Amino acid sequence: MSVTVTPNGFNLDTSGQRVVVDPVTRIEGHMRCEVNVDENNIIRNAVSTGTMWRGLEVILKGRDPRDAWAFVQRICGVCTGTHALTSVRAVEDALNIDIPENANSIRNIMQLSLQVHDHLVHFYHLHALDWVNPVNALKADPKATSALQQSISKHAKSSPGYFRDIQTRVKKFIESGQLGPFKNGYWTNPAYKLPPEADLMAVAHYLEALDFQKDIMTVRTIFGGKDTHPNWLVGGVPCAINMDGVMAAGAPINMERLNLVKSITDRTIEFIDNVYIPDLLAIAGFYKDWMYGGGLSSQALLSYGDIPDRANDYSAANLMMPRGAIINGKLEEVHEVDLRNPDEVQEFVPHSWYNYPDEGKGLHPWDGVTEPNYELGPNTVGTKTHIRELDEGAKYSWIKAPRWRGHAMEVGPLARYVIGYMQGHEEIKDQVDGVLRHLDVPITALFSTLGRTAARGLEASWAAHKQKYFLDKLIANIKAGDTATANTDNFDPSTWPSEIKGVGFTEAPRGALGHWIKIKDTKIDNYQCVVPTTWNGSPRDNQGNIGAFEASLMNTKVERAEEPVEILRTLHSFDPCLACSTHVMSEEGEELAEVKVR
Amino acid sequence: MQETFYDVMRRQGITRRSFLKYCSLAAAALGLGPSFAPQIAHAMETKPRIPVLWLHGLECTCCSESFIRSAHPLAKDVILSMISLDYDDTIMAAAGEQAEAIIEETIQKYDGNYILAVEGNAPLNEDGMYCIIGGKPFVEQLRHAADHAKAIVSWGSCASWGCVQAARPNPTRATPTHMVPGIADKPIIKVPGCPPISEVMTAVITYILTFEKLPDLDRQGRPKMFYSQRIHDKCYRRPHFDAGQFVESFDDEGARKGYCLYKVGCKGPTTYNACSTVRWNGGLSFPIQAGHPCIGCSEDGFWDKGSFYDRLTKVKGFGIEADADEVGKTAATVVGGAAAVHAAASIVKHVAQKGKEE
Repeated sequence: MSVTVTPNGFNLDTSGQRVVVDPVTRIEGHMRCEVNVDENNIIRNAVSTGTMWRGLEVILKGRDPRDAWAFVQRICGVCTGTHALTSVRAVEDALNIDIPENANSIRNIMQLSLQVHDHLVHFYHLHALDWVNPVNALKADPKATSALQQSISKHAKSSPGYFRDIQTRVKKFIESGQLGPFKNGYWTNPAYKLPPEADLMAVAHYLEALDFQKDIMTVRTIFGGKDTHPNWLVGGVPCAINMDGVMAAGAPINMERLNLVKSITDRTIEFIDNVYIPDLLAIAGFYKDWMYGGGLSSQALLSYGDIPDRANDYSAANLMMPRGAIINGKLEEVHEVDLRNPDEVQEFVPHSWYNYPDEGKGLHPWDGVTEPNYELGPNTVGTKTHIRELDEGAKYSWIKAPRWRGHAMEVGPLARYVIGYMQGHEEIKDQVDGVLRHLDVPITALFSTLGRTAARGLEASWAAHKQKYFLDKLIANIKAGDTATANTDNFDPSTWPSEIKGVGFTEAPRGALGHWIKIKDTKIDNYQCVVPTTWNGSPRDNQGNIGAFEASLMNTKVERAEEPVEILRTLHSFDPCLACSTHVMSEEGEELAEVKVR
Repeated sequence: MQETFYDVMRRQGITRRSFLKYCSLAAAALGLGPSFAPQIAHAMETKPRIPVLWLHGLECTCCSESFIRSAHPLAKDVILSMISLDYDDTIMAAAGEQAEAIIEETIQKYDGNYILAVEGNAPLNEDGMYCIIGGKPFVEQLRHAADHAKAIVSWGSCASWGCVQAARPNPTRATPTHMVPGIADKPIIKVPGCPPISEVMTAVITYILTFEKLPDLDRQGRPKMFYSQRIHDKCYRRPHFDAGQFVESFDDEGARKGYCLYKVGCKGPTTYNACSTVRWNGGLSFPIQAGHPCIGCSEDGFWDKGSFYDRLTKVKGFGIEADADEVGKTAATVVGGAAAVHAAASIVKHVAQKGKEE
């Protein structure tokens, strides 16, 4: 029999045609996907594989914990900063360091601007081409496009002339024969449903968003000195404040700098609310019959929470992004989450290219073990260095399988929004109810590829407004006489206890992110990261549960098996970040000799 | 028949006037002055868009993210009007077989005439399978694309030096482009930094297109125009270094006055990059301006040179002012010592001045 039923309720049938997509493009990092489709082109089995591994945690062993943020920030340059923030929180947790209020506000502004930037770039530059057909935009009537634009938002660039110019530019580009990033796209595939006017509007905004996104991140250049990869500091933030003293002009933060942040923040809100959100709703309106891709989203969701309102209070009540876990499809029951509890977050490796002493068991990150072990199963088609078809019955991915109390979980904006909605988070409820009303769809529509994409957009808007909230808060606090930005009391390693451990967490744009650190004699003894795409992109576990990517592809109809539009569409709705997910490594015993060096 | 860059711009609805304005901006961005604008215009009127294959190995995509933050020229204009970015798996519409086919098509059509841009690097351990593209080792794709390229641009510190995954103990044996065994003997331009500055990335591309030649490189293969000076040489906080005014700890009085960050670990004195001149994100700031010491991210092996918060060297003793003048002439490793001596001299001067004031 080629049909198996997974404990988390999916029927896997490997009898149909195998379709391979490698590389999966428009993601961060490297990923492969294989599916089996039946005679009706319905996906009946899905296999998702992380195809890169860097070993960052073994590199961290023995380093200065105050430097760790810079190393782990290089896990990912797309969600740049979120790993660094998670890291300084983990070290501060281990060292019992309280940070100043201003540092908390500045960190939140940086983290929120990342959410906005990442979501915007994802929507327009990574995801849009799954829904938008630039070639079809050439058929649009610029007047009709203008009318469409004006009917959905007050965005200023809405004249027929504007859209005519864009259309001309795109037309000439396509006619040049040098198609650049649009080359070999699936532009004749019937999966594309937008009318030409909507395609043209979206293409115009693809270009506008590409111009505007660089402005969003300038906030982080002001506070962090550069972007990509701004600078952070254990104990606070490195940017000292000098509003009106001697040499304020050369200080990191002064009136001119705050004005710049304010200007960017205001323009960001305007762009998100006048361009991104209306586009999202308009495009979703044309695809609301395409309700595939739900996967685990109605069953098992996890969020750690983030954006502490007051500094140093990481309790769920003080976090403006929700924390909780939903399992077994019981949406109304949101569980508490404790990252220190050894029974909650655990990682498994029976289908990952690593060895465990006992592969039937999972390990909590503080006690994690990783030894790379690249081996292919007996049913692999191809060779060790030329894989044609993977054998998912054996090890098949550089991603481990993290589980929460044994459950495969989905993380990310949709998880946060469903958990927040069920907890009665007012802002989230208002946003979600508004969209459901606008599109005239039931709440179950959330559990889909489009639901994931919609939640991300709503969160971008939420984050942009919260960025303003924290800027106002920062200014009010400075006005009240507090200009502190760093607590350096415990910065000197000679003051540290000999053995300590800590955990830090954030909600990265792609979902729940945790770092676990052990420090021994002032050096890193063990460092473990469990990241969003490790959750979403995980392979099967010891029980045979499939992960969120795999689950979401199940039972999707593809128009043309050789053109993977639908597969890309659903995978992209998670915004995969493979460099994040596949660096996992090491525990104390992991001396270098244990890493197989050939 | 291939179209010129200017044709494409005109067909894209750009007026001659805007085109010329663009050329003078490009000249300014390159630090060339207005007299070069006509030369740029001429170059662009006569050249087709050059195909670029942008490959990704072990990396974090920070170089691509930096690239799209370029203020002048805009990434949009580079992609639509200057180059033909035929393969870049981060943004390309096609996936799987249709994506991989583009590499072969480009090789057939433009053999020896495309630019290979490399972001990240190739792991050599495990037969290269720590980074798999299309079921095969990335290193094979890299070698194949390099064989037929006109030149190679190694974006960022990963492709230039190895960067974070090559930091001790380099478990995957991540290897920078120029050290990959069997890599074709092609010109390699290293544009290091983690990531490189956005406008430096686009300027390197624009320079190649405009002047139809590769930029002059230093001994280590970096464009001289952006990597011939240390951060320290043009740092706006340099006068505080010379005056012996230092940040002693974060958020102290000196931090608020913008004093020199040398004592909290600044690697500006040993780091060759344009951060203190071009600055970041449209010239807005750079790490030192925002209060954090330079971590030296454009230098070879910067991850393995001790904590980012350790002073560059423990060299003690007192120097004389003449030592400081030697700084610019010495090699990077020596520079650390010279800078320390220089700092010590500055402190002595500072103490002496204080004495005088009292």
